[in-house]
Amino acid sequence: MEYFIQQLINGLTLGSIYGLIAIGYTMVYGIIGMINFAHGDIFMLGGFAGLIVYLLIMTVFGGAPIAVALLCMLIVAMAATSLWNWSIERVAYRPLRGSFRLAPLITAIGVSIALSNFIQVTQGPRNKPIPQMVNSVYTIEGISISLKQIVIVIITVALLAAFWYIVEKTPLGRAQRATEQDRKMAALLGIDVDRTISITFVMGAALAAVAGTMFLMYYGVIVFTDGFVPGVKAFTAAVLGGIGSLPGAVIGGLLIGLIESLWSAYFTIAYKDVATFAILAFVLIFKPSGLLGRPEVEKV
Amino acid sequence: MATVTNPSTASTGSLTAKALREATFTAVMTFLMFVLFVGLKTDQNMRNELILVPRWGLLAIFVIIAFVGRFAMVAWLQPWRTARKAAKDAAPAQTTDAGFVKRNFSKLAILALVLYPPIILSLFGAQGSLKYIDNFGIQILIYVMLAWGLNIVVGLAGLLDLGYVAFYAVGAYSYALLSINFGFSFWILLPLAGILSAFWGIILGFPVLRLKGDYLAIVTLAFGEIIRLVLINWQDVTQGTFGISGIPKITLFGIPFDASPHGFAKIFNLPMSSAYYKVFLFYLILLLCLLTAFVTIRLRRLPIGRAWEALREDEIACRSLGINTVTTKLTAFAIGAMFGGFAGSFFAARQGFVSPESFVFLESAVILSIVVLGGMGSLTGIAIAAIAMVGGTELLREMDFLKHIFGPDFTPELYRMLIFGLAMITMMLVRPRGFVGSREPTAFLFERKNVSGSFTKEGHG
Amino acid sequence: MSAMASTMNNDAILKVEHLSMRFGGLMAINDLSFEVRRGEITALIGPNGAGKTTVFNCITGFYKPTMGMISMQQKDGKSFFLERMADFEVTRDAKVARTFQNIRLFSGLTLLENLLVAQHNALMKASGYTVLGLLGFKSYKDASKEATEKARYWLEKASLIDRADDPAGDLPYGAQRRLEIARAMCTGPELLCLDEPAAGLNPRESQELNKLLRSIRADNGTSLLLIEHDMSVVMEISDHVVVLEYGQKISDGDPAHVKNDPRVIAAYLGVDDDEVETVRHEVEEGAN
Ligand SMILES: Nc1ncnc2c1ncn2[C@@H]1O[C@H](COP(=O)(O)OP(=O)(O)OP(=O)(O)O)[C@@H](O)[C@H]1O
Ligand SMILES: [Mg+2]
Repeated sequence: MEYFIQQLINGLTLGSIYGLIAIGYTMVYGIIGMINFAHGDIFMLGGFAGLIVYLLIMTVFGGAPIAVALLCMLIVAMAATSLWNWSIERVAYRPLRGSFRLAPLITAIGVSIALSNFIQVTQGPRNKPIPQMVNSVYTIEGISISLKQIVIVIITVALLAAFWYIVEKTPLGRAQRATEQDRKMAALLGIDVDRTISITFVMGAALAAVAGTMFLMYYGVIVFTDGFVPGVKAFTAAVLGGIGSLPGAVIGGLLIGLIESLWSAYFTIAYKDVATFAILAFVLIFKPSGLLGRPEVEKV
Repeated sequence: MATVTNPSTASTGSLTAKALREATFTAVMTFLMFVLFVGLKTDQNMRNELILVPRWGLLAIFVIIAFVGRFAMVAWLQPWRTARKAAKDAAPAQTTDAGFVKRNFSKLAILALVLYPPIILSLFGAQGSLKYIDNFGIQILIYVMLAWGLNIVVGLAGLLDLGYVAFYAVGAYSYALLSINFGFSFWILLPLAGILSAFWGIILGFPVLRLKGDYLAIVTLAFGEIIRLVLINWQDVTQGTFGISGIPKITLFGIPFDASPHGFAKIFNLPMSSAYYKVFLFYLILLLCLLTAFVTIRLRRLPIGRAWEALREDEIACRSLGINTVTTKLTAFAIGAMFGGFAGSFFAARQGFVSPESFVFLESAVILSIVVLGGMGSLTGIAIAAIAMVGGTELLREMDFLKHIFGPDFTPELYRMLIFGLAMITMMLVRPRGFVGSREPTAFLFERKNVSGSFTKEGHG
Repeated sequence: MSAMASTMNNDAILKVEHLSMRFGGLMAINDLSFEVRRGEITALIGPNGAGKTTVFNCITGFYKPTMGMISMQQKDGKSFFLERMADFEVTRDAKVARTFQNIRLFSGLTLLENLLVAQHNALMKASGYTVLGLLGFKSYKDASKEATEKARYWLEKASLIDRADDPAGDLPYGAQRRLEIARAMCTGPELLCLDEPAAGLNPRESQELNKLLRSIRADNGTSLLLIEHDMSVVMEISDHVVVLEYGQKISDGDPAHVKNDPRVIAAYLGVDDDEVETVRHEVEEGAN
């Protein structure tokens, strides 16, 4: 039982990270119907930004309290990746909007390849380990929870709340939802569609940067290829939850995190990713538009 | 040709101001984007701790390039382009008769490919030509074949498949395992590998047929990953990441390519060289490619091929015409997978070694981008795209002379995939519909007229 | 209504009995029964949202009805229960073809190819389920020629022959409607269901359409069931009219009967009788 709860906690932590990345996929998909393949690499970029800020603080500014350091890492990483995603959208996706649907998918794959190799070239191909940032562990009745897990879950929940507020209660969120439903109509009603889409990319990137920084803090290491696997997992999570649905992305992320940690704990760790993908395929066979996705009515 | 009128000085002034403004903006953005990643480098010191090494000079170069590039684009390139476009529009549209080369393009291309090995051999000699026949010839042709196979699924039937490499893997491992364990020859295993892959195509196709669009994309991607992960983890059979080595070579109807008295060189009284095997492989893959093209062209004129294209255009209309879309999709999956399987078994035989490394998602992505860059459905376009993308990256391997410019530490190899990614983006932006955007009709009553890309759809999947 | 039945032969090609279709809380069709008789043009009319298209979707297998039976009786005596069949089987086996309210053409294929796709099943058999065709057998070549001739026949009939090698997406609206009908006819149906074939046509095109529909019935012996809003078309060409409102049948009979049915006037037309008459005259004059 304790073991189970332990795995549950590990799964939730991992799931939080997936969920944050998945939101970026789901938002971009919802608003322009495009699979943003480069999103996983945006996440990796965020992790690297966090890493560089951390090293700056430690070596150049001679260290700082952990909370301050973490806050700086998060803020700079969010700013940097937002800027990147904004520029990428401007250069590689916007000119193709409204043309052939597969064209932006291919440029996104191109961006993904270019981004990870850009980091490889500029930052080197090796693993980048950092010392433990947060290392206190609390043990309650045999279940150990590390402080970093608590930090991750708290930050995720706080961000989700803020995010939910933006999407549901602000004019910006309204513009986003309107653009999602009918881009032409939204434009006719005076919504700046281009700007709304740009902001969506920026928001997605900011969340991915948080996920990237927390990934770095949790595992204490990052490498230029780290965008792919979490990216695919998060994409899987978004689809599992029903792509286009924000709560779906979070639930999908948590589910994938749980499946992964429980499978590794009770079965073989080797096949944990196989299990994840197999469950995705299985769910989709019975619910073709994901857990919370609106079923697509076939209007004849 | 219309003469381009010189812009007045006033507009030149405002243009320069605009260019300066935009260039400054771009430079600032570039600075902010690159300051962390280019301006600072994470490195390890003697004690294996990470440290930061500043590279402000390099950052400055990036910013300057961005500034100058943007300025040139706004101030000169864009006005020139609009002027040229205006001139083009003003000029009367002339209907150029398709030239000899254009009309007989495929025949000439095949002829050139058939003559390629002897020409290369005579130019570079047996040893020197290896690189050209192997890296440029065989390598590109494998991708041509894979892309033509995927074209059936994506280009014709309009089903987005992100896990095509799985069938390539099935073909490769089928050949590797069956030839090592049972000693079957390539000629038996080639069709067998194709059938096995087609079988897996159906297995995958069956559950996912109900899925639409991007759900289909992710499940195919997942399937590709599952196959790869199983290959890694099922170590008793596949030997995991070590891969399988010592895969038998292909024989020419029983004549092996080795130094034995029954070997090819001895029989034909030729000096011993590995070039013959490569040339043989080149012709073999060329033959397989031609088979793929032949079958694709035939299929397009058969009801099944027309049904695929109709499926891409409108699935509901297809069903209203009595077409069983389930079997139609399954055949597309199966036949596409079969060609992947052929290519896979050829790949295994050529390498003599297979490992899961060769079947990563990146491969699927590359094959898909070749299909899209070429122009969905167009065999010629796809072949050109394969030459550009694969040949281009192979060329980048050869850029050793760059070492003389950038110093001996410079490894062009490292920049290969970066340039590959950037090239993919650029090509897609320049030609969103691919190199060949138009579609050739499969039948005509009076006159064969190509269908412009603006009418064709890309499918829901 | 009873008078109708006695003058016509009683051979029903399609029988819809107690058909109901529910979407969540909405009863789109509620206990609907009617018949389509062989060799006739039957019109299904009703206000927007009455459930006409839904009836079509149930007949052609795109929706599975919540309740009820739809039976199709072929010339040679074979009968089919359409509600039990998959959509493509309805066309392939029961020989019921349809068009769509929002035109669904293969816009990237040429007109000829559109019509060849419609002959898929026949050609598939002739090509030995692809195998013989792939090997270049003569039987497929012959069948292919025959199919092209059939396509040519329908292109001529729909006055589209000049554009045979152009993409379908390039046609003007009215021509697209005709092409969709020609394509449906290429499947060789005994019953053709048309969903608002005259929508968006000008009076001239509308007259051409009437001619095409009449000749389909006369030359090809195909029975027609059509949904229509254009009263001039309905009154002019249909032998039998079924009126639907809120998923229920409110009237059924010959055009004259339906036109004078007070329930229909109240519920659907919303205009006076003679106004309909004037509308009709206007349209006819426009055509001449
Ligand atoms: N797939 C569906 N899911 C839910 N409701 C549906 C569906 N299809 C139709 N409806 C509803 O059923 C009702 C009848 O629709 P239907 O399209 O059959 O009307 P119609 O008579 O063809 O109208 P129109 O003249 O506008 O074409 C409408 O209220 C419609 O919203
Ligand atoms: Mg309708």
